[in-house]
Amino acid sequence: MTRYIGKSVKRVEDPRFIQGKGRYVANLSLPGMAHLAILRSPYGHAKIKRIDTSKAAALPGVIAVYTAQDLIDGGVGKLPCGWNVPNINVPDRWPLTPDKVRHVGDGVAAVVAETPYIAADALDLIEVDYEPLPAVVDPRKATEPGAPLVHDSVPNNISYTWALGNKEETDQAFAEAEHVVELELVNQRLIPTAMEPRAAVAQWNAATEEMTLWTTSQNPHPIRLLLSAFTLGIPENKLRVISPDVGGGFGSKIFHYPEEIIVPWVARAINRPVKWVATRSESSMTDSQGRAHVTHCKLALKKDGTITGIHVQTWSDQGAYISTFAPLIPTALYITLLSGLYKIRGVYGEMWGTLTNTVPVDAYRGAGRPEASYLIERMVDIAARELDMDPVDIRRKNFIPKEDFPYQTPVAFLYDSGDYHKVLDKALALADYDAMRKAQAAARKEGRLVGIGIAGCIEASGPAPSAVAGSLGSAVGFWESGQIRVHPTGKVSVFTGSHAHGQGHETTFAQVVADELGIPLEDVEVIHGDTARVPFGMGTYGSRSAAVGGSALVRSAEKIRAKAIKIAAHQLEAAEEDMVYDRETGKIYVKGSPDKAKAFAEVAFAAYTAHNLPEGLEPGLEEEAFYDPANFTFPNSVHIAQVEIDPETGQVEIQRYVAVDDVGKVINPMIVEGQIIGGIAQGVGQALLEHGIYDENGQLLTGSLMDYAIPRADHFPTIETDRVETPSPHNPLGVKGAGEMGTIAATPAVCNAIIDALSPFGVKHMELPYTAEKIWRVIHSQNGG
Amino acid sequence: MTHSISLTVNGVQHTHEVEPRLLLVHYLRDVLGLTGTNVGCDTSQCGACTVLLDDVAVKSCTVLAVQADGASVTTIEGLAQNGNLHPLQEAFWEKHGLQCGFCTPGMIMSSYALLQDNPHPTETEIRHGLEGNLCRCTGYQNIVKAVAAAAETIGGEA
Repeated sequence: MTRYIGKSVKRVEDPRFIQGKGRYVANLSLPGMAHLAILRSPYGHAKIKRIDTSKAAALPGVIAVYTAQDLIDGGVGKLPCGWNVPNINVPDRWPLTPDKVRHVGDGVAAVVAETPYIAADALDLIEVDYEPLPAVVDPRKATEPGAPLVHDSVPNNISYTWALGNKEETDQAFAEAEHVVELELVNQRLIPTAMEPRAAVAQWNAATEEMTLWTTSQNPHPIRLLLSAFTLGIPENKLRVISPDVGGGFGSKIFHYPEEIIVPWVARAINRPVKWVATRSESSMTDSQGRAHVTHCKLALKKDGTITGIHVQTWSDQGAYISTFAPLIPTALYITLLSGLYKIRGVYGEMWGTLTNTVPVDAYRGAGRPEASYLIERMVDIAARELDMDPVDIRRKNFIPKEDFPYQTPVAFLYDSGDYHKVLDKALALADYDAMRKAQAAARKEGRLVGIGIAGCIEASGPAPSAVAGSLGSAVGFWESGQIRVHPTGKVSVFTGSHAHGQGHETTFAQVVADELGIPLEDVEVIHGDTARVPFGMGTYGSRSAAVGGSALVRSAEKIRAKAIKIAAHQLEAAEEDMVYDRETGKIYVKGSPDKAKAFAEVAFAAYTAHNLPEGLEPGLEEEAFYDPANFTFPNSVHIAQVEIDPETGQVEIQRYVAVDDVGKVINPMIVEGQIIGGIAQGVGQALLEHGIYDENGQLLTGSLMDYAIPRADHFPTIETDRVETPSPHNPLGVKGAGEMGTIAATPAVCNAIIDALSPFGVKHMELPYTAEKIWRVIHSQNGG
Repeated sequence: MTHSISLTVNGVQHTHEVEPRLLLVHYLRDVLGLTGTNVGCDTSQCGACTVLLDDVAVKSCTVLAVQADGASVTTIEGLAQNGNLHPLQEAFWEKHGLQCGFCTPGMIMSSYALLQDNPHPTETEIRHGLEGNLCRCTGYQNIVKAVAAAAETIGGEA
């Protein structure tokens, strides 16, 4: 039935990008446009005693200078939290901070000027008297008595706590355990580093009192909702938010940011278009960051390697304010995943969401799930070593068998489908695992430090359903909209509420709709990212687009087909139930008479001329569907890495990387493979290189790409990929999320390989990232220096 | 105080009065409106702003516009000829060498310079040759494939 789904169709969005015609926010230039810059705190924690903006305001070319009070007096609201777990204490967060600065980069004043260069000059002329205060940067130490308070309104810096699991079963598992692995670990802070820094442009139309905001967002509709209801106060029907081409997001562009309030507010105040573009340094100190967990965890086992219990306590760094979806990440996307791919009797996790003098932490690619996978996969590996089992055997023994699906874990999730043993076997075959181990043994005899690491990981993607999300604290729903407008000539415009910032929706959604309607791909145009064109949408994150947005389009196409059948049946003087809609060709005919078919375009034209429609049928051919998924989907994977360490330098060379993923049915294999490989690269970045570091004063030490290392082309071998397909049973496409699996699995796979390589030195565990320096120290300290 | 500069960009002669501190990338983007060249960092690490300055790949965030006086600059917009994509552009499309597209113009310009210096690079040489260009989406694998494919198409005549 499908002509496009399952094929590696070349991306239709690429011609503009490869010719330098991308429509990024920073490329926008409007007549009379002014430029905004923000003065940011150089301190992690300080009282603002005085601000003098007079010299800046007097600089030729400066239009105006604003402080927090100007904005508050001008009616801006506090940035709200979009995920309210029970009893959460959300401190005030204003677009510019009025009383004290709470992290490096906290906004203090805004300048708007004729050019960006003048705006930057003016920042240097603003005088601020700060009284530096003691800072706290560790999420566990933040809760200790006497720790500096980030907000006076949040005692002990604890914004919320959360727990989930069958505690009694878990306690019993540990009481009866024959072997226990216990680990303190840090999942380090990461700086997302989408290549495009954030930007915003706003244009106020004084005649109609309409505001247009272009912003680098993954979800323009929720941003419009928050602006309208909470922060800017312009009604939704007078506010248009456009996220055109966005240069990567990885989570960091989900959230509502202060600049999205300040830029339109200033545009209205001066009645001119205003543009703000972050520098990379600004992005590093103001984009919400990722991970930042301190964890104590335990694994209970029998001597034969059967896992019986897991117990986790995590202090999750929230930064200085609660970002839009921050409380979702270490709760419903983390503790719920602690069962991993394993059948475990007792699973219990508890966490504390604490405030520190650092930039807020929120979703970053994987968001909670990499943190869960890393700790499970590290502990399982340690257990295998301590019980003298092969890391493959302990996983095989504990994987949930395929006949147990759907599988209810002790931590809320009902895993939809999977065949983990098949994924494992395929990965072992692709890697030729036995040969790999033999070669490793030979290398070891030569004194070479070769290691093999394996990780089996699960993801929960496409958060759902809306009612459950609401019961867990969500302020929004997690459905998606899909609208199909068939034009009179049979050409089709598709409007999706999900948003592409690299994922290729313009291609994959065109594949889906072309197949659903039996029309050429070239006849379908996919439109997204504009609240004035797309009715509503929830945007893209959590690997939801295909499963939720794609399903909405399937539902919408079903309605188009149903109406087209009605029209064709009427014109061919047949009963609807006798009609055939040929999805290969888009032709509609009476069963048995394909020669007298109505072409799709003919039916479309008839729908608009309305000369001969069934009685009571409305003219036009345009349908919309809102799809609320019944469950998350549960992609899963087994990844195997082989590394060799240079004992002289501690440098890690990834020699092979094998990834087998089950992301359900695949719409475009080329794009899915691209997502998996790109995701692996980010996971490798976390394993080897990336670390957002604050010193004890709250100073960000990794505020540029000179200090924060992301992977480069020469960090990788050619990654070998393959797939297992167990369709998700509860969405019409059978798809599961593909965007985050690589990131989730790569970190533990590479780290396990490094620990394996270092096993001659008796190393049990290391702290992320596994840098050359740390590895060198392990080799040389345990080698007697 | 401004300086007068004259330079050729994508074959077109331009003369402008510019501030001495104006960066070449801002001249290209804000004065000429050639926004294909992106800015991804402020420390010359990411390579998104790579252009050819007299046929040498430079990071245009690290060159002053006045330093380009009298020079010839090629940006991503100048790569296609007579409506025909350059083999590198074709190869990036064919091999899925881009996702969000933000690093792509700089990546293609660096690859152009790489193939000029080394028309038949090995995979390792391509990976090392693109060390100065960061991509956060692709994991580089398909970029490497694209450059290798383009090298084959061009056949060493780049």
